[in-house]
Amino acid sequence: MPPIISISQLTKTYASGLIALKAVDLDINRGEIFALLGPNGAGKTTLINIVCGIVNATTGKVLADGHDVVREYRAARSKIGLVPQELTTDAFETVWATVNLSRGLFGCAPNPDHLEKVLHDLSLWDKRHDKIMTLSGGMKRRVMIAKALSHEPEILFLDEPTAGVDVELRRDMWALVRGLREKGVTIILTTHYIEEAEDMADRIGVIHKGELILVEDKSVLMKKLGKKLLTLQLQVPLAAIPPELAEWPLAIKAHGHELEYTFDAKADHTGIASLLRRLADLGIAFTDLHTQQSSLEDIFVSLVSDKPEMRL
Amino acid sequence: MSVPIFNRHAVWAIYRFEMARFMRTAVQSVLTPVITTSLYFVVFGSAIGSRMNSIDGVSYGAFIVPGLIMLSLFTEGLSNASFGIYVQKFTGTIYELLSAPISAWEMVLAFVGAAVTKSLVLGALILATAALFVPLQILHPGWMAAILTLTAITFCLFGFILGVWAKGWEQLSLIPFLIVTPLTFLGGAFYSIDMLPPAWRTVTLFNPIVYLISGFRWSFYGTADVAVGTSLAMIMVFLLICLAGVGWIFKTGYRLKN
Repeated sequence: MPPIISISQLTKTYASGLIALKAVDLDINRGEIFALLGPNGAGKTTLINIVCGIVNATTGKVLADGHDVVREYRAARSKIGLVPQELTTDAFETVWATVNLSRGLFGCAPNPDHLEKVLHDLSLWDKRHDKIMTLSGGMKRRVMIAKALSHEPEILFLDEPTAGVDVELRRDMWALVRGLREKGVTIILTTHYIEEAEDMADRIGVIHKGELILVEDKSVLMKKLGKKLLTLQLQVPLAAIPPELAEWPLAIKAHGHELEYTFDAKADHTGIASLLRRLADLGIAFTDLHTQQSSLEDIFVSLVSDKPEMRL
Repeated sequence: MSVPIFNRHAVWAIYRFEMARFMRTAVQSVLTPVITTSLYFVVFGSAIGSRMNSIDGVSYGAFIVPGLIMLSLFTEGLSNASFGIYVQKFTGTIYELLSAPISAWEMVLAFVGAAVTKSLVLGALILATAALFVPLQILHPGWMAAILTLTAITFCLFGFILGVWAKGWEQLSLIPFLIVTPLTFLGGAFYSIDMLPPAWRTVTLFNPIVYLISGFRWSFYGTADVAVGTSLAMIMVFLLICLAGVGWIFKTGYRLKN
């Protein structure tokens, strides 16, 4: 099945000279949840805005469901819904008026039943006659999502959808996203909450200083890059690592009370058995031990910090 | 979902949205210019006009009616059209317009269409208000409607350009109040330019507003400061300039897209 979004050799240089994207190639599979991670200013929003038609690309090509987003913008854009990062709403309009406007803008005939369902799903139905300016920040965020869903898009971009929202809304939002995915909607999200990406996404992309440095299936990524940490609680504190243990990457923590061993969980030989034997030989006793899998956040931090500085 | 060549739902949605904003501010949008115009009639038409001779056989009160309608049309057309697009830029809601499957000209049709509707409603209201103060005659109603509509379209297009160009609220009001209003006052809204000394008359002919007011006044009373054909040609030139400006904005993405 061809990708629902195909991005090839996409670059963007702003008038200020800032290079926001450097020859980005990316395919988004139909029906998946794709999380695009990256530090502030990495180029995530620029990438989304180019696909959605808000920013012009410098070079490169983007296809949305096979339609060029520039030459066949009508067909391409009608497939896409966008929830932007900023809370930009028509303050003086009612919720009902603004979702109707959104549906019309995307070329759809009025469909009050669909809009009612969207507002019910987002717990906005009771607020439909309220002016947006009277709503809380969380409710405004829901309105933004309702607007993006008003024209029943096949592709949904969520740019930092949970920034500054409370736990309840975050939970509702992810339930909604899962529901949309089950209906076949492709979802591309950016988030600063790495645990959300870890929890929600099928695939992860990491963008750093305009370069897409990694695209991987989440579970593969976790296996490939996931490090495990073995922590030993020592009976007697160690002042330094004995030279006989030099072959293992060890670290002393908690003022000598803990010994940490980082190992590759996927390796054929983790080195744990030999380490424990050597410790016994050396008479270093421990009272407890536990292992810990590194999170996606650890992987992300490691990726963007290991990447050498690139001149923009 | 099939994609139509003309996104009528989008045009209608924007038009309705803009008209709803107009209705929300109906008191400000309608009553203010009507009251202002009434004051002009009281001051210039009754108080001062009663002491002035008729111009080309038209009483002074009736003479200023076309100029007053044009004055409101210029300022309100500019304000309404510029506000409609500027507020989208200001609040950031323009992201939705830019990401929607709508062409540039459909967007202009909707925004300018709504602004033109407001201007024409306003023109009709001022005309009705004027009829309460002075005896009116309209010799060429068809031309009157045509000139009114073409001028409204031109100034609303100009307003759209202004709204895209403006970087702040101050810039938004700069052109209507610092340029268009003075040019209207100096463009024969309250006098015939034939009343000016020859040198000033020549200078005044460089004021584009003269041609608009003159042509519009001709449709009422059959008299004009400049030839009607020249007025119509100038209106069309202004219209084409504004269309070209809007076309250039969308082609380049000037102050709309990065």
